[in-house]
Amino acid sequence: MSTELTESDVPSPTGPASAPSRRTFIATTTAVGGIAVAGGLVAGPPPLGVEEAAAAEATPSGRVSLTVNGKRHTITVDNRTSLLDLLREHLGLTGSKKGCNAGACGACTVLVDGRRVNSCLTLAVRLEGAEVTTVEGLAPGGEDGELHPLQAAFVEQDAFQCGYCTPGQIMSGVGCIQEGHTGSAEEIREWMSGNICRCGCYVKIVRAVEQTARGK
Amino acid sequence: MSPQPQAAVGAPLSRVDGRLKVTGRATYAADHDIKGAVHAVVVDSTIARGRVTGIDTRAALALPGVLKVISHLNAPRLAYRDDPNLNNPPGRRLRVFQDDKVLFHGQPVAVVVATALETAQHAASLVKIGYDAQSPSTDMSGSDRTNEPATYARGDADGAIGSAAVRLEMAYRTARNHHNAMEPQATVARWDGDRLTLWDKTQWVLGTQNELASVFGLPPESVRVISPFVGGGFGTGVRTWPNVTVAALAAREVGRPVKLVLTRKQLYFAVGYRPVYEYGVRLGSDRRGRLTAMTHDVRAETSTYEDFTEAILVAGRMLYSMPHVSQTYRRVPLDVNTPTWMRGPGYANASFAIESALDELAHEIGVDPIELRRRNEPDDDESSGLPFSTRRLRDCYTTGAREFGWHRRNPKPRSTRDGDWLIGTGMATGVYDVLRSPAQARVRLDADGTALIESGTSDMGPGTYTSMTQVAADALGLTMRNVTFRLGDSRMPPTPPHGGSQTMGTVGSAVQDGCDTVRRQAIRLAVEDRESPLYGVDPDGIVVRAGRLHVKDNPVRGETYQRLLARNERTHLETLGSFQPGESRFSMYAYSATFAEVAVDASLGLVRVRRMLGVCDAGRIISPKLADSQALGGMVGGIGTALLEHTVTDHRDGRIVNANLADYLVPVNADIPDLRAIFIDGEDLEAAPIGVKGLGEVVHIGVAPAIANAVFHATGRRVRELPITAEALL
Repeated sequence: MSTELTESDVPSPTGPASAPSRRTFIATTTAVGGIAVAGGLVAGPPPLGVEEAAAAEATPSGRVSLTVNGKRHTITVDNRTSLLDLLREHLGLTGSKKGCNAGACGACTVLVDGRRVNSCLTLAVRLEGAEVTTVEGLAPGGEDGELHPLQAAFVEQDAFQCGYCTPGQIMSGVGCIQEGHTGSAEEIREWMSGNICRCGCYVKIVRAVEQTARGK
Repeated sequence: MSPQPQAAVGAPLSRVDGRLKVTGRATYAADHDIKGAVHAVVVDSTIARGRVTGIDTRAALALPGVLKVISHLNAPRLAYRDDPNLNNPPGRRLRVFQDDKVLFHGQPVAVVVATALETAQHAASLVKIGYDAQSPSTDMSGSDRTNEPATYARGDADGAIGSAAVRLEMAYRTARNHHNAMEPQATVARWDGDRLTLWDKTQWVLGTQNELASVFGLPPESVRVISPFVGGGFGTGVRTWPNVTVAALAAREVGRPVKLVLTRKQLYFAVGYRPVYEYGVRLGSDRRGRLTAMTHDVRAETSTYEDFTEAILVAGRMLYSMPHVSQTYRRVPLDVNTPTWMRGPGYANASFAIESALDELAHEIGVDPIELRRRNEPDDDESSGLPFSTRRLRDCYTTGAREFGWHRRNPKPRSTRDGDWLIGTGMATGVYDVLRSPAQARVRLDADGTALIESGTSDMGPGTYTSMTQVAADALGLTMRNVTFRLGDSRMPPTPPHGGSQTMGTVGSAVQDGCDTVRRQAIRLAVEDRESPLYGVDPDGIVVRAGRLHVKDNPVRGETYQRLLARNERTHLETLGSFQPGESRFSMYAYSATFAEVAVDASLGLVRVRRMLGVCDAGRIISPKLADSQALGGMVGGIGTALLEHTVTDHRDGRIVNANLADYLVPVNADIPDLRAIFIDGEDLEAAPIGVKGLGEVVHIGVAPAIANAVFHATGRRVRELPITAEALL
């Protein structure tokens, strides 16, 4: 089976890329089970163990090129792999959370081509050419730089407790603001209702979205 | 109390771990990237009672990438030692893969391990299990069996009710609820020889360490549990469930680290839940509402293999004054998995019955519900004879009534309309025990003027990282940024479980004790050091601010920790702080009064909460910004219990019908109006040296009955079963 991995830096829709180097990307990617990586493009030891290679061969897979947080990935992926599992298990981006794996809680919300989607219900293989933004790619300044205004508003308003739903809430809030569904607290509540917060921080989530929408 | 100036404590600070949480860099259990980890998926039984007769793993094992299928047919026998330090209920805990018996629907009967998650999931679906199924008993109402009841009595309740001027008898029922924390139970298990490391979702690293040590027959020091972030708990992580054993067993069997994340569906049977309650109340009072007697007949579900009990009876003995009380608490063993504590355990269910009953009495005799409660306010704890340490419940009523606008209320039910909506208001009281257990914290002040505090506690959301940093900063006299608080590692000093609202009081007091000790060490070093500007000063007259020790009344005379330690060639000062509760001569509880306004669609029965106010007497508030979030969150949880949450079992086969977040309804953003919380000022130094009583439970207890009472006021219909559904109001 032909497998390959290529990558090239492309401009991020949300700001300058703070993506890992090619070397670190390969290092994280080769630790996975569901993705096959081409030996021809990768120096060093074979990236897949015997078991992984066998698994990849046995299951229907497809090749897809997509951009995640400004970083281009061309990968062969198990057709069953969701975008969420691609991010978490294969690309090392564990900010997006698995809460229900059935599209009911919103903890996995990311932006695909600027729209908010439940990444657990999105098959990775159908994302040819897509631009994906996760919570890790939201802050333009990288890990210690300036936060996205909505991230800062979440901290300021204390719009979370345990923090597990927070990446999804923030990505959904970014989508909500971009869509213009922020005319009133009632409208925000309605359009943020795809994201469950079991700690019950809704009042403050609405305040954070409201504050950020006003500051736009 | 500390002689130190209070700067960080009481200030509305943002979370110290906020940045990690909003950037996706806080690492929950399944986020830990452990080299070489493979994936495990549990196969659940599809019967609720019987035996496994055969397991066909051929199709699963034929899939490339499947490493092993483990079941009772090939699993090693595990030690399953009894350990008195664990908080497992009496009985014999579920022993995974040790025999062919099935005790409840969804019991783990096999686990598949594969190199890729998708492969493991597919393979688990290919494992065929044969059963010898028996008809299960899962419906509490239909079962006559009960375990040995717990009882309590004072006076002659039956006699007093028989001769009372006003007599009421009601039967209440509350549904089974599931915690549904957003983070599922998840474990990464790795063996290094005989040493086991677990990255786990838990509210008690020490408990998980001891449970796994006892299951595998290891010394506790061979097991390390790491849990820096917990994605919500609400009680589900206080006990260690079988999934952790399954992960560790699978890792040992395949010789590789294993990651096991339960599915949302599995969280409805692989871990515990708040049990179904039937709660019968009879009461007697005089015509002015002065209670003379109350009886409480309580039934709750438990499993056949463990007898789960919780504090359902306490509120009925001490919340209101009356000479005669009789209580019986029966657990009904069913073919279900064992229940567990869920936010406001026991008290929340009792409060629905008791606070609804009080509201029914108020209506019956035409007395205002708040006035009725005032008339029955006790002078001391009538169940123990002890005085209350603090009880600011009257203040909660007064403040709540004023801020909510209670005086505008027309007491007549179904008297207020807004278009199609019937409008009603209601209130209820909440009470929760102050739990006190030993706790420790290691405190180290370094020569560079920064401090590191470590304690094996947890932060499932209330903000332990932040509030402990606040306590430490003030006690050491450092700025927040020079203090680091770490938690969530079983190698750190021991603490009680992070549940039951006890973390702030117990761990907080240990942190303060350790920081006070280190500060005093530094002060002593200074006053005995001839080269120190503080030489010879009375140690009690020295305070520390922003890392500088100085004479309290003469700030110019002093020096920094850094200079003091450097000159004395000390790299650091260190101690182990502790909280060791003694025998108390006081009755210690946190209190709350919750007020709710609801609108009920007159023709559709739809209930919407319009506004809500919670007023709490939780003792001293350490971190007001975070306490406010916790209080509002408690109300949101209560709205769920009152109007939405209900685990439904198909009693034919014991299957949970709505084991997902689309059918088990929890509040979403659109369900929640503006909520407000007020804290009644005041510390309780009997409850804890830092003056706190505990917050997380009491802000939730009383919410559901406040809503139920408001629904009655709106509609004139008394609903005695939770959740209150549209059907009940049509």
